[in-house]
Amino acid sequence: MSAALAIRNLRKEYRAGVPVLRDVSLEVGGTGMTAIIGPSGTGKSTLIRCINRLVDPTAGEILFGGQDLARLKGRALRKARRRIGMVFQEYNLVERLSVIENLLCGRLGYVPVWRAWLRRFPPQDVARAFDLLDAVGLGDFATRRADALSGGQRQRVGIARAIMQDPELVLADEPTSSLDPKTSVEIMELLARLARERGIPVVVNIHNVELAKRFAERIVGMSLGAIVFDGAPSELRESDLLAIYGGEGWIDA
Amino acid sequence: MDRRVSAAARTPFPANWTARVLWTALALYVLYACGILDVSWDRFVRGLDNGGRFLRRMFPPDLSAQKLDLLRVGMLESMQIAVLSTAAGIVLSLPLGLLAARNLMPGWVSWTARGAIALCRSFHPVITAILFVKAVGFGALAGVLALIVASMGFISKLFAEAIEEMSLRQVEAVRATGAGFFNVLVMGVFPQVIARFIGFCVYQLDSNLRNSTMVGIVGGGGIGATLFTAYQRFDYDFVLTILLAIIAVIMVAEVVSAQLRKAFQ
Amino acid sequence: MRRWRRFTPAQRIGRALTYVLAAVAVVWSLRTIEVIPEFLYDAPEQTADLFRRMWPIDWAFWGAMVAEALVETFHTATLGTIIALVLSVPVALLAARNVTPSATLNLLAKFILVSSRSVNSLIWALLFVAIFGPGALAGTLAIAFRSIGFVGKLLAEALEEMPRGPLEALVAAGAPRPSILLKGYWPQVEPSFWSVALFRWDINIRESAVLGLVGAGGIGVALDTALNNLYWDQVGLCLLVIFAVVVATEIATSAIRSRII
Repeated sequence: MSAALAIRNLRKEYRAGVPVLRDVSLEVGGTGMTAIIGPSGTGKSTLIRCINRLVDPTAGEILFGGQDLARLKGRALRKARRRIGMVFQEYNLVERLSVIENLLCGRLGYVPVWRAWLRRFPPQDVARAFDLLDAVGLGDFATRRADALSGGQRQRVGIARAIMQDPELVLADEPTSSLDPKTSVEIMELLARLARERGIPVVVNIHNVELAKRFAERIVGMSLGAIVFDGAPSELRESDLLAIYGGEGWIDA
Repeated sequence: MDRRVSAAARTPFPANWTARVLWTALALYVLYACGILDVSWDRFVRGLDNGGRFLRRMFPPDLSAQKLDLLRVGMLESMQIAVLSTAAGIVLSLPLGLLAARNLMPGWVSWTARGAIALCRSFHPVITAILFVKAVGFGALAGVLALIVASMGFISKLFAEAIEEMSLRQVEAVRATGAGFFNVLVMGVFPQVIARFIGFCVYQLDSNLRNSTMVGIVGGGGIGATLFTAYQRFDYDFVLTILLAIIAVIMVAEVVSAQLRKAFQ
Repeated sequence: MRRWRRFTPAQRIGRALTYVLAAVAVVWSLRTIEVIPEFLYDAPEQTADLFRRMWPIDWAFWGAMVAEALVETFHTATLGTIIALVLSVPVALLAARNVTPSATLNLLAKFILVSSRSVNSLIWALLFVAIFGPGALAGTLAIAFRSIGFVGKLLAEALEEMPRGPLEALVAAGAPRPSILLKGYWPQVEPSFWSVALFRWDINIRESAVLGLVGAGGIGVALDTALNNLYWDQVGLCLLVIFAVVVATEIATSAIRSRII
């Protein structure tokens, strides 16, 4: 099974000499959910955002689909991003657009601008959008405005939008941090299920270790910008958790 | 109900007829108005040609010493008009705005005051300038008076609204200490509204500076008169000098007023 | 003993300085402004004379000139606003730092906007009358060119203050820039756009009324004619009509605002 995503020696310094990511190397397999855990500030979010270049790495390689994402620019980068879906902590829906239109925005990378403007999306995209909407349990909400939805509902739309891209990889940056505990479980369950059904690997950045252990097949623990644990949830022991969360200070000043 | 059956019937973007009608009406209106105003492509093209000639006559701007002197005198007078009208406008707007606040004053007082404010706001400063020119003669005084009226219309209105929006509890708290009307004003009302009031004043100073550049066209003094004279004499290169000077002064004024408003927050 | 001060020393000096400068400016202006005393003494008599001559109002002037001029004023204001709205969108896009990263283009666009705002619509009217000849075309363009600065500035501010999250999501999905503008920026800025449009239209109706004084069409032409003839009763009618139009426009804009925004 070849890796869908291979990160090699990724380094990120927001300020010179203060690395947030220290030569991180990681390979993500073809299916299943990988959860990245660790305290705030260890670079989990930076790592996720480097993958689709929302943050530009200082050094290193990000190999995906036969290309090094760290080197891409312009149109090539855009095209590569189409193949990676992302779910955000704050949902990041366009609030004044309808739910179905938000979903169809996932296809903006594939649809010519005039079609997007006139709202004449290809019929197969529209049909898929409705199907996905049903799959996340929001079938009746298609024409409602996104800001009329609750937090949990908005995140479902966010997940559906990411899947609409028909991606080869889904990234999720703290998808449950803005949700209550019950909804968090529902969202993680939805994400895991949809990804599994379509055979898409998921990389999730998450605070809650229990959720990570429950839904992920693989746990990656980060501390101070480096990976300190990498294994199955069953292998995660107290001492590992201490290495990840305990210890002196969170960030090098 | 089987979702697959109804899927075909589901449209992602139900037709918004109101929006369509409004957009069509707008497009039709534009065509209609263009016709009425004789805004034809032909005229526009001819005008561009004229415009080219016009611009060539304006370049380069006239920078001779005597013209610059005229410019200086005119700009200074405009600035004086702006400063005086804003100062007097502020002084007069404080009581007027207070009188117009419905939560502080009895009904008939506030409605009369509001009527006066509306009257001040209705007329473009140019029109009030014309009337003042008739009353007090040509010159800067007419311009100052016209802009005082304009300032009162703006500042009093916003001041009254700010007073109406303020929390009454603070006022009641002061009143409960047994303070007289004046003390209630100073300790209860003012602290809440003073920051916004200063914001309005700075904005109005900026606005008066802009308006002071054109009241001169109808006799109200300032650089507008200089501009109009140059215009009528076809001294277009001097017109350009004046325009550039106006733009520069207002750019500076905008920056200064932004800083002032931040400083007084 | 620890003392609480509301403003830092630097701020207090700044504020004190401002007050002092303001006082100096006022005093200097008062001393150097030219006021001819004779005119001032004459003022009450002149004002009384003015109002006497305005009454009774010459209603016949309505049919003769004012009604038609009023319609022209309305079209000048509305068409001018529409043209300004269309032209200000690209300029605002260039001026907003998050839409256009190039600092040079930002500066250029901001300069266009400031220039447009600094030149009064009456002065724009003078320029356009010189280019296109007297009439409503000059007036419409004057309104349009003046409004670009106003609308463009507020639009650029709205664009810069926009929440970035939804835009980030569209970028992450690989959407091309025009699509991001259409689906990310436009829906979020739309309410501000219409609000600013309505606001400017209201102001433009007032402005259009006076452009005729320099020959740019509309009710100002009627006013100018009456003034030149010193027919103050006709002037009175014009003023009354202008007042009525302003009131009507305010009622209309408040109604539209409360229904839509």
